[in-house]
Amino acid sequence: MLTVRDLTCTRGGAAVLAGVGFTVNAGEALVLRGPNGIGKTTLLRTIAGLQPALKGEVLAAPETTAYASHADGVKDALTVRENLSFWAEVHGSTLDDAAFDHFDIADLKDRIAGTLSAGQKRRLGLARLAVVKRPVLLLDEPTVSLDGFSVKLFAKFLRDHHLAKGGAAVIATHIDLGLDLPELDLTPFKATEADNDGASDEAFL
Amino acid sequence: MKALLLRDLRLAIRAGGGFGLGLAFFLIVVVLVPFGVGPNADLLSIIAPGILWVAALLAALLSLDRIFALDFEDGSLGLLATSPLPLESVSVIKALAHWITTGLPLCFAAPVLGFLLHLSPDAYAYLILSLLIGTPGLSMIGTFGAALTVGLRRGGLLLSLLVLPLYVPTLIMGADAVRRGADGMAATTPLMLLGVITLGSIAVLPFATAAALRVNLR
Repeated sequence: MLTVRDLTCTRGGAAVLAGVGFTVNAGEALVLRGPNGIGKTTLLRTIAGLQPALKGEVLAAPETTAYASHADGVKDALTVRENLSFWAEVHGSTLDDAAFDHFDIADLKDRIAGTLSAGQKRRLGLARLAVVKRPVLLLDEPTVSLDGFSVKLFAKFLRDHHLAKGGAAVIATHIDLGLDLPELDLTPFKATEADNDGASDEAFL
Repeated sequence: MKALLLRDLRLAIRAGGGFGLGLAFFLIVVVLVPFGVGPNADLLSIIAPGILWVAALLAALLSLDRIFALDFEDGSLGLLATSPLPLESVSVIKALAHWITTGLPLCFAAPVLGFLLHLSPDAYAYLILSLLIGTPGLSMIGTFGAALTVGLRRGGLLLSLLVLPLYVPTLIMGADAVRRGADGMAATTPLMLLGVITLGSIAVLPFATAAALRVNLR
């Protein structure tokens, strides 16, 4: 479903990762590991198409990926339901109650998102993934500010409602989701000076 | 697209949304001018078209940096960029939402304030018409400026410097149309030129806006 071939991605004009390659098939998930600053976020953003790759290619059918970053895109002035139904409409899907149940926010439906706690807001942000119904999820630290129970909820959603239905996922995370997923350590792919050939000199402008 | 427009309008009227900011600014400026200039009815009626248009332009400028900044900060812009909605449509919708919350109220408030400035009775139709034709262009040009400065902290100053020169032709044509209307002359030419600026910016700038957003989202 998603193949990454010999990918070199840049951050601020300098190459951070070089020669990254992997394939994720339907029903599979890949966990990205590596120390802070290795380029997990940059890699996910490159796969999502938010920034161009310096070299290499990302092979995925168009409009199959859904990216979730540290920022959830949750609007504080809207209610939980309004937030989710907006993303449902933008993606041309419908908002069903299952999305609320997956992340245990059914009781919060009509609350203004600004009054939610950090963990509740994060669950609302993750519920967007259930709403947009895209087969490839690119998740950047999805469990930040979630408690143990919510991490289990998220892992359950990922396993039973996404991967089991033929979805795929690439997840950058430091914690163990308890799903026994294959891991890819990005440390060996750290870019060297030589990989900077052709990188823009944006950083010096 | 409708969902995005409705969301933006809803956000604008909810707490902290900034709806009415431009309108309030417009009211304040135009109400203060007669106090500053003095109660000379002839002088006021001469400067009225210019004052109304300058105030409308500054009011539109005031809320520009909110167009993309809030969506950028909370991550919605990145999520919209990966959604089925093209960024070109996002740009048009953002400009439209800005116009509905800022430009359109100005068109309705301007005639009332024209009264305070002793605007010539013949000029009211031209004032409303020129604002209706010109302010969508202001919103579109401003959206482009907002996209250029979206990632910058406190980008408001740079945004104003970028956008103000682009606003000058609209200001000249808009104020001229009202002035000609007040003097009883034909105002078709400035109104048509105003339409040219607005239609031209709506035709071209969504693409430039989307390109600027893509660069700034990297």
